Amino acid sequence: MKKIEETLKKLFSNQYRQRTVSYLIVVLAYVIIETAIRTGNISNTIKSLLIPTCSYIVAALALNLLVGYLGDLCLGQAGFMAVGAFFGVVAAAFFAKYISSNVLVLILAIVVGGVLSGACGALIGIPVLKLQGDYLAIVTLAFCQIIKTLLLNLYVGIDSRGLHFSFITDNTNMDPDGVLVIKGAIGANVTKKLSSFTAGVLLILFALFVIYNLINSRHGRAIQACRDNRIAASSVGIPVNKYKLLAFVVSAILTGMAGTLYGLGFSSLKASKFDFNLSILILVYVVLGGLGNMTGTIVSTTLLLVIPEALRAFNDYRMIIYSIVLIAVMLISNNATIMFYLKRCKEYCRKLFPKRRTE
Amino acid sequence: MKKLLVVLLSVLCVLSLAGCSGGSGNGDAGSGDGGTVVKIGGSGPLSGPAAQYGIAVKTGAEIAVEEINALGGLQFELNVLDDEHDGEKAANCYAQLTDWGMDVSMLCVTTGPSLAVADMYQEDGVFAMTPSGSAPDIIAKGDHIFRMCFADPEQGVAAADYIAAKGLGTKVFVFTKSDDEYSTGVAASFKEEAAAKGLEVVGEYLFTSDNATDFPAAQAQEAGAEVVFLPLYYEDDTRIIKACQDLGYNPVFFGVDGFDGALEQEGVDVAMFEGVYYLTPFAYSAPDEATQSFTAKFNEKVGYNPNQFAADGYDVVYAIYNALTAGGATADMAKEELNVIMMEQFKTLSYSGLTGENMTWDASGAVVKAPLVFRIENGALVAAD
Repeated sequence: MKKIEETLKKLFSNQYRQRTVSYLIVVLAYVIIETAIRTGNISNTIKSLLIPTCSYIVAALALNLLVGYLGDLCLGQAGFMAVGAFFGVVAAAFFAKYISSNVLVLILAIVVGGVLSGACGALIGIPVLKLQGDYLAIVTLAFCQIIKTLLLNLYVGIDSRGLHFSFITDNTNMDPDGVLVIKGAIGANVTKKLSSFTAGVLLILFALFVIYNLINSRHGRAIQACRDNRIAASSVGIPVNKYKLLAFVVSAILTGMAGTLYGLGFSSLKASKFDFNLSILILVYVVLGGLGNMTGTIVSTTLLLVIPEALRAFNDYRMIIYSIVLIAVMLISNNATIMFYLKRCKEYCRKLFPKRRTE
Repeated sequence: MKKLLVVLLSVLCVLSLAGCSGGSGNGDAGSGDGGTVVKIGGSGPLSGPAAQYGIAVKTGAEIAVEEINALGGLQFELNVLDDEHDGEKAANCYAQLTDWGMDVSMLCVTTGPSLAVADMYQEDGVFAMTPSGSAPDIIAKGDHIFRMCFADPEQGVAAADYIAAKGLGTKVFVFTKSDDEYSTGVAASFKEEAAAKGLEVVGEYLFTSDNATDFPAAQAQEAGAEVVFLPLYYEDDTRIIKACQDLGYNPVFFGVDGFDGALEQEGVDVAMFEGVYYLTPFAYSAPDEATQSFTAKFNEKVGYNPNQFAADGYDVVYAIYNALTAGGATADMAKEELNVIMMEQFKTLSYSGLTGENMTWDASGAVVKAPLVFRIENGALVAAD
């Protein structure tokens, strides 16, 4: 009994409270929704939102690592997601030929999507992170455009001899049993939707685990030091570029994984979906949730994805109301009076459980 | 006391949540028996850059539903949601339509979203007919996914055949929008058929939506093209034709059904389109009574002339209505039963509507109808022979 109490105390101590709350929210939401699914008490509307929401949450968490902890603005999230989505789909189609277990294929596809996206992250990170200021934002934006254009012209087919790639025109020359997985402008064709809500939640938990462990480690403190004062950090011997690259690649890997989860949740996928607007959208989730606040990111992403669907009853005025809600939330979350009341609420909640605090 | 308040509040929260999910659960259960009307669902871009297509289809379908309901027989209810021309949103729309209790579907207006949701319709056994999703892959997704418009490759073939048969020219230049599957699909089949018919494609200019403002018309002129083929939507068509004419270069312009709408643009001098040929199954200026009545009703609703998309939407609803009445369907049937009736009826159904006479459907779900070539003369559409 005492041990449990001690563990609880540790989990809710200042050091660990943030991550405990994050994990708890995700697990609680999962239990509630999964129960609703099992008992059939859930609408199709909510069901169809589950997998995209999980993907966006992971992508937003990864971006929050960059914006919140590294202090660099990255507008290439959509590009990394696209890499993860398209190559994850190819990997899934490829592995499905040899492995019958869906779960294993999904895991392998997510790993491939993450690794390729991470490689892209390293590729542009190495030259660019040496620069200072807003260059990263601009270069990642360009990267996003390049990836979109490349994928629009890419043809990938699978037949008994393996994978065939061709560019601009379809010269894959496959055997008759071959299937085109990526068809240029038409996009990727997903033969089997492997993503599930459970996989999505596990990926969120994985992302949280990676991010919290990174930022609370020696590397993480170094990353934050680079953000706060680059000169001071390098003067005490922190290799700034190395740590920036580390955070950047970790973020790219997680985003790629989110992309694979997203891609395998739909039966077809267009490259034009992964444009600049998607990057901005993910940035909005992060800013609204609070820089460096992982729990906030999860909540804001979910809300901002659910609101447009919930507003369908308003028909033509839907997008206007959505924008008004967005502006209102931004204003409210920056309003001193409201924040004051929120703080009082928090203190009040703590008073409700005095034992835990006094012990 | 305060503790009690918190407990009460949390209980209230849980209850309201339960209430929400309970409510939607009931809605779901209601979809099985259909009710007293046949619910037709669908989605299309009602906002954003492609909005005019969605709005046209929606308005056309609304007119058809109003007419059918006025007949007093089988009653329809229409619900077209906004998918913003995005596959992800289309999937959300599909889920909402299922919750609403959709019986029969118009799938999606545009190709990308149609591809993203077609297999969901197939899995759930809902009959779907897309008014204007023209990629051949859509109907390949299932045996009860049908199409009202021409496929992209058919248009390319028809255009090449017409140019060759009428001797409009032998040297052709093509402008292709490489990030648009409609444009690339039509262009690919056109080039293939052109080669087979002895036409020479002297050049092709590829562009994307990001650089669709500046067109090198001189390239086409220097290549000596007599015909400029435009497998595009009308905004790009307009810019390209303008760019060519600014150079004093006047080849024969040949568009496909995306050209529809060019004459209705605000602030554009329609004189520039004089002599342009294009393929379309529908022209609002056609003198027959059905077209004239539809054009009048459409004009009354939105204040401009209908295009091919509007006619497609209208025809889809009527084709579904004809199949349902011929198969003796009633409004209280479940969507799976309706699907069986529709699949049976569409094997033999012959329907004459705004976009074609005696249209039939083959087993793959593709429509069989003759493409029509129109020419613009004195600012109006004239059927070209």
